[in-house]
Amino acid sequence: MSEKALLEVKDLSVEYHTDEMTVKAVNGVSLSVGRGQTLGLVGETGAGKTTLALSLLRLLPKGIGKITSGAINFEGANLLSLREADMRAYRGRLLSMIFQDPMTSLNPVIPVGRQVAEVLELHNDKKLTKQQIEARVDDMFRMVGIPPERKNEYPHQFSGGMKQRVVIAISLACEPELLIADEPTTALDVTIQAQVLAMMTDLKEKLGTSMIMITHDLGIVAETCDSVAVMYAGEIVEMGTVEALFEGDTHHPYTEGLFGSIPRLDVETERLRPIDGMIADPSDLPGGCSFHPRCPYCTERCKTEHPQAHLDARGHMIRCHRFDKEGEA
Amino acid sequence: MARYILKRLLLMIPVVLGISLLVFSMMELSPGDPAQIILGMRATPEALENLREEMGLNQPFWTRYFNYIVNALQGDFGTSWRTNLPVLNEIVARLLTTVRLALGAMVLVVAIGIPVGILSAVKQYSLLDNVTLTGALILSSMPAFWLGTLLILLFALQLSWLPAMGNNEISGYILPWITLAASYLATLVRMTRSSMLEVIRADYIKMARAKGANERQVILRHALRNALLPIVTIVGMNFAALLGGTVIIEQVFMLNGLGSLAITSVRQLDVPMVMAEVLFIALITSIINLVVDVLYVYIDPRLKSQYVMARKARS
Repeated sequence: MSEKALLEVKDLSVEYHTDEMTVKAVNGVSLSVGRGQTLGLVGETGAGKTTLALSLLRLLPKGIGKITSGAINFEGANLLSLREADMRAYRGRLLSMIFQDPMTSLNPVIPVGRQVAEVLELHNDKKLTKQQIEARVDDMFRMVGIPPERKNEYPHQFSGGMKQRVVIAISLACEPELLIADEPTTALDVTIQAQVLAMMTDLKEKLGTSMIMITHDLGIVAETCDSVAVMYAGEIVEMGTVEALFEGDTHHPYTEGLFGSIPRLDVETERLRPIDGMIADPSDLPGGCSFHPRCPYCTERCKTEHPQAHLDARGHMIRCHRFDKEGEA
Repeated sequence: MARYILKRLLLMIPVVLGISLLVFSMMELSPGDPAQIILGMRATPEALENLREEMGLNQPFWTRYFNYIVNALQGDFGTSWRTNLPVLNEIVARLLTTVRLALGAMVLVVAIGIPVGILSAVKQYSLLDNVTLTGALILSSMPAFWLGTLLILLFALQLSWLPAMGNNEISGYILPWITLAASYLATLVRMTRSSMLEVIRADYIKMARAKGANERQVILRHALRNALLPIVTIVGMNFAALLGGTVIIEQVFMLNGLGSLAITSVRQLDVPMVMAEVLFIALITSIINLVVDVLYVYIDPRLKSQYVMARKARS
C-alpha cells in the first residue's frame, strides 16, 4: 500500500455494551487505504465489517457502541479527536457511506431530488445558489443513470436498483475522498448488482475517490478491489493485494476456508464445502487465536497465544502461528 | 385530491343515515309512550290520542323515519318534548361550549404532548425521559372527576386564582381545559415517544447522520414527519371523543355543554333531542375522520400515490 495513505486506521477496537454483555466487535484493526485505491473488506456476517465502517464515520449507536482504543487518521487529522461539530463537516463531504439496504436508506416522505440536494446544502462551502444546487442534482441523476425529471418523485416510486442509484448519487454528490460501501449490492438481484457495481467503479475512477468495499462476495472483490482485508471475529487475519490473495500460495487458514467454500466450475462437486463450526461469539471470544476452534491446523499454541501479524516482502499480512517459524517465536 | 375529498364527503351520507336509523329504532324500542311523557300521568285518554295523532305517532315506523329525515335536511330536528323549544337552537347553544372546551384542551394536548414526546424519545433513558414517563403514568391514572375536584380545591377555594364554575370567560375554562387535557396528554406523550423511537432506528436516519446533518435537522426534518402518522390518528380520535362527550368535566365544572344535555335528555326520554345530538356527533366525528385522512395524504406521499394509482387503474 502507498506511503501517503488517505486513511490510516491503527489498532482500532470497538465494543458494544449492553446490560447483559459486552460484545467485542472490532479488535485491534489496522489498515490503510491509498488515494484512488479500493480496499475490499470481506468476512462472514458478524465479523465486524459494518461496525468498522460505522466507527470510521463515528456513527456507532450512541451509548452502546464505543471505540475503546486506536486512531483513525484521515488526511492527516485524527478523526477520533475531533469535536462532534467538526466531524459532521467530514461526514457526507469527505467521507461518505452507502448502506446495505437501499429499500430503507432513503427517507420515504422526502422527494429523492431533495435528498440529494440536502447533502449539497449541508456542505455548501462553495456558496452555491439554489439554481446551481438544482443543476448539480440534475447532473448527479444523469451520472447515475436516472432521468433528472424523476427527481421530484418519492422513494417508493423507484425500484431497488434505482434507489441504490439515488443513494450512490447522494454519497458522491460532494465528491468525497473516501466512499465506504457496505454491501451495496447485497439487497439487489444479480443483473442489477452487475450494473450498479460497474457504475460505482466507473464513477469512482472518474472522481478519483478511494473506496472501502464491504462485502462477503469474493467475486465482487476480484472485480473491484486493489487490495483486500479478510476479517474474522473483529480482526483482520489476512491483508494484501488482490493478486496475492487470489493467486498467492500462503494464506490464513480462514481465507483458505473461504476460497474452499466457493464451488468450482471445473471440478465435479457433489456438495458445497463450508468451513466447519460457527463464527466465534464476539461476546465470548475464544482465547488464543479466535479462529482456532474451526481451524484444521490448530495446535496447542493456537489455543493459548494470540498470533502476531506476519508481513512478507511484498507487504502481504497474515496473522497465524503457522508462519511463526521465520525468525520469531 | 379534490375528487378524493368529494368522494369521502359523499360516503359520509350513508354513514350518517345508518346511524340515524339505528338511533331512531332504538328510541322506538325503548319503553314509554311519548304522549304520556309530554302530557304527564294525569292526562285523559282523549288528550293522549289527540297528541299522538298530532305528532304523527300513529303512522308506520318508516313513514315517521322518512319524515324525520326530510325535516332534518331542512334544519328542522323537531321540538324538545321537555321544553317545547326547537331542538336545533338548544344544540347549537350547547355545541359552542363543548367546542370551546374540546378545542382548548386539544391545543394544550398537542402543544405540550408532541414536543415533550419528541424530547423524551431523543433522550431515551435519561432523567428527563424517566420523569416524563412517570408523569404520564400519574396523569393517565388520575380520574378526571378527581383531578378536577382537586384543582378546584386548590386554585379556586384555597388560592382563589380561578373561578370554580364555568362562566363564559377564558378564566372559567382554564381548570376544565387542564382537567380534560391531562389523560389525553399522557396518551399522546407516550404515543409520540414510541413512534419517534421506532423512526429514529430506521436506516434513513443513519443515512441522514452520515450526510453530516446535525441532530436537530435529523429529528425535525427526517424523523418527525415519519413519526407523525400514528400521532395524527390519535389526535383525531381524541378530538372526536372530546366533542362527543365531555360529560364528567361538564358536571364537575357545571358547564352547559353537549354532554350534560345528553344526560338530561336521555333521562327524560326527550327523543328528538337525543336523536339530534347523536346525529350531530356522528357528523362531527365523520368530518374529523375525513380531515385526518386528508392530512395523512399530505404527510405520507405513499398514500397519495396509492389513491392516484387506484384511480388510474379504474379509468
